[in-house]
Formats: sequence, C-alpha cells, structure tokens
Amino acid sequence: MREFAFHRAASVADLPAGATIIAGGTNLLDLMKLEVMVPEALVDITRLPLDRAEPEGEDLRIGALVRNSDLAAHPTVRRDYPVLSRALLAGASGQLRNMATTGGNLMQRTRCPYFYDRRMACNKRDPGAGCSAIGGVTRNHAILGASDHCIATYPGDMAVALRALDAVVEIDGPRPRRVPLADFHLLPGDTPHVETVLQPGEIITAVILPAPVGGQQRYRKVRDRASYAFALVSVAAIIGMEGGRIAHAALAFGGVAHKPWRDPEAEALLMGREPSDALFHEAAEILLRPAQAQGENRFKIPLLRRTLLATLRDATGMETQA
Amino acid sequence: MQITLHLNGTSHPLDVDPRTTLLDALRHHLGLTGTKKGCDHGQCGACTVLMDGRRINACLTLACMAEGHDITTIEGLGTPGNLSPLQQQFLDHDGFQCGYCTPGQICSATGMLDEIAAGWPSHASDTLDGPFALTHAEIAERMSGNLCRCAAYSNIVAAIRQVAQGTGREDAA
Repeated sequence: MREFAFHRAASVADLPAGATIIAGGTNLLDLMKLEVMVPEALVDITRLPLDRAEPEGEDLRIGALVRNSDLAAHPTVRRDYPVLSRALLAGASGQLRNMATTGGNLMQRTRCPYFYDRRMACNKRDPGAGCSAIGGVTRNHAILGASDHCIATYPGDMAVALRALDAVVEIDGPRPRRVPLADFHLLPGDTPHVETVLQPGEIITAVILPAPVGGQQRYRKVRDRASYAFALVSVAAIIGMEGGRIAHAALAFGGVAHKPWRDPEAEALLMGREPSDALFHEAAEILLRPAQAQGENRFKIPLLRRTLLATLRDATGMETQA
Repeated sequence: MQITLHLNGTSHPLDVDPRTTLLDALRHHLGLTGTKKGCDHGQCGACTVLMDGRRINACLTLACMAEGHDITTIEGLGTPGNLSPLQQQFLDHDGFQCGYCTPGQICSATGMLDEIAAGWPSHASDTLDGPFALTHAEIAERMSGNLCRCAAYSNIVAAIRQVAQGTGREDAA
C-alpha cells in the first residue's frame, strides 16, 4: 500500500481538500492494497453522526453511515421496502455487511478483473490506456450500455434495489443537492474512470426512499455460487396488481451494465395488462433490444430474459411454469 | 501515529503507520497470532474478529480506524482452561482439520449467533421477519464469508448447531 496522510473528519463541513473519504473501507482498502487506488490522503468519516435511518415525512432518510447489515434488518425497511432488505442480504458476506455503509456502497468502484490487474490495460484505472477486457475473458461483463472504452459492470446489489425504489442521493458540499439515484451513476462513454456525479469536496450524507409503494417486491440474483458472489444477472422487481392487472411495475437490473439498469419502455408495456408469459416475453424483448454480447458473456442475454420471466411470474402470482 | 486499541478488555497504546491494518497490528505489534491472515482481501474470513461485538474482517480495517472500539479476538473468547461454548463444540465435533481458518470461523460464528438472537434475517430465510430455524442452509449462508480449504464444513455446521441448541437459539427469532 502506498503512503497516505490520515485525517479524521470532525464534521461534514470539515473535509480536508483532496482527501479520499473512507467509511467501511471494504472496497477502497482492497484496491489500495493492490495499488489500483493510490490516494494521497484519507479522511475517516465514521465518527460523523450519519448513522441513523429515520422517517422524513412519508419518506425514509437513510444516513450515509448506516451499515448494510443494520439497513437490511431495519424494521421499516423489512416492512415497507423488502426488495432493499433482500438485495442487501444477497450481497457480500456477514462480515462485510457489518462494515460496508450505505454511502460507501454507492461509491464502490464499477470494476472487472482487468481493472484489478495492473499488468493489463484499463481505461478506468489509467485513462487512455485501452481496455484489455474487450476481446478477453468476459464472463462477468456488460451486455447493456457498454462503450468501446469500458465493458465493466457495477457489481453491487443494494443500488439495484434503490434504483427500482426511485431513491434519491443527498449530497453535501459547496452546493448541497439531491440527485436521483438514476442520475448518480454514469455510463462509461469515453470517460469510464468517472463513475458518479459526486465532485471533489462533496460527500453523500443520506439516501432518501420515497413513500412506500407496496406491491410484491422481489430481488432475484443469479450467480456462479450460492453465496458471496457477484451477480451474473439480478432483477429487482416491484409489482402492484389491481383487479388481475398490473397497476405498478418497477424493474431494475444488476450485473448487466456499468450502473443499475432500468428500461421505462419495458415497464410501461406491463402497465394495465394481465400477466402472461407472452407479455413478459414482449417486455424482455424491449429490454434486450439494445443488448450486445462481449464474446463469452453472450449467455447473459438469455439468462436475463429467463430471470426476468421467472421474477415476473413470481411477483404477479402466476403459477411457475416449467 | 499514536493510537490506543481496546483489545480483549485491555487498553494497548501503539505507534503504527496509518497503513497498518488491524490484522497486522494484532499479529505483529501485539503478538496475538490467533487471528490469521489468509487472503488479506476480505474473501476468506480467516482474520475475522469482533468489533463492538460484531464480526468484521480485520484485514480490511485500518488499525487507526479501530481506535475507540472494543475489539475481541479468539484469545479473548476463551482460554485452554476455559473454552467458550463454540470453542468446545468445534473440538467435540472435529470442526477443523488443519485449524488455520478455525479462529476466524469461531469469531464469525460467535457474531453470527448474536445476529440470529437479534432477529436478523439472511438470504436463506423464507421470510424477513423470522423466526429463523437454524437449518443447515441458514448456517451455510450466514457463514459464507468463512472459507475452509480442508472442507470441514459439515462438522463446523454441526458444532454451531450444537451451541445454538444449547442456548435455546435454534428456533429463536
């Protein structure tokens, strides 16, 4: 690990310029040990009073330092936002969930094995260097929204559920603001090293969940082993039914793009319709229209279709069909 | 930098480089070699310790960030003459072969049983509200952050179930 100066933040307003924020540290320290990330200074924010999840009107305001394990077990989250509990519990390990924070989880790097391997070219680690992943081993790479510069996937689960829940990120800094999670993470384009809209000197202080929407909530994650593995694909689904028809549909997808993915057109197709396999296939067609395989990850296209179908059958109460 | 670690009930002043992990501080600065270094990247769980009663990876924690927290290592859970219930059951059930992952397994299981007692659900739970029967599937899921390359898993699960039954926690919420 390279040398760095270590600071402790006394308040949100007291962040030393140029210092990289550390909270749980589960991703940052891992990358620092490999010298993939080499911050000159760290500022420890874990002593700031941002560790509560509390109602704010009809919303739920989740402090940036609420640990993943506490958030998954939070009574309000379990009752009103179960897709978020399920997504959190599907991620990482018990030890990591006890360390990882809500804000830090959003700031984990979108990454792939070539980003970790400093012998390989990576535009994310070394802008302009090229991308060794393209044409390489691509089992875990993106099928949606990738660019000629980067095909990595956002590996987190929590943010996929937050995307389906229309969460908003509260940012403090010179210009305090609230950013919809949909706009917080960026697609790679020709600047894959820029992954979020968070600017130097800014800090995530909370994530806001809008009033509960109810419905059936599911998080279905498909991975290479039963536990403690990133998603090959995942689906966060919130489905409200009225009179046998779909009245509300929010669908977000993990493991397939540089950020949690959503397709408003696929959701709009479902609204007001009776659930059927034909309808779900149609929605999957819309979702996968822009999909592009990167060699060996082509299996993700049918896998995402099947996972979406299975999730929709389950959430709409259809009998599971073989 | 000067820090003080609260470790197994005792305060230890230390002079560490900011880069020093809690794991290296325990093993190399304090001579507590019960906590093991496996992957050093949070993937194997051999370095698991309890911070304020919660299981964490000591390899992904800076020693300077552990200041002010209560750290418990395997040495703090029991001694050869006074084993913790989990330590005793790992012996009784042969919950290891080479033993390298065992301190991490026992610290992790100690934290895990407290999580069950607090009513925390897991990915393997049918409902989010419990009660959570400590089935093989529940234990395997909740312990997935601890690898055993000798694959003593079946005996590890048996040891943990025995302790859970002994404390009446098997069917506890």
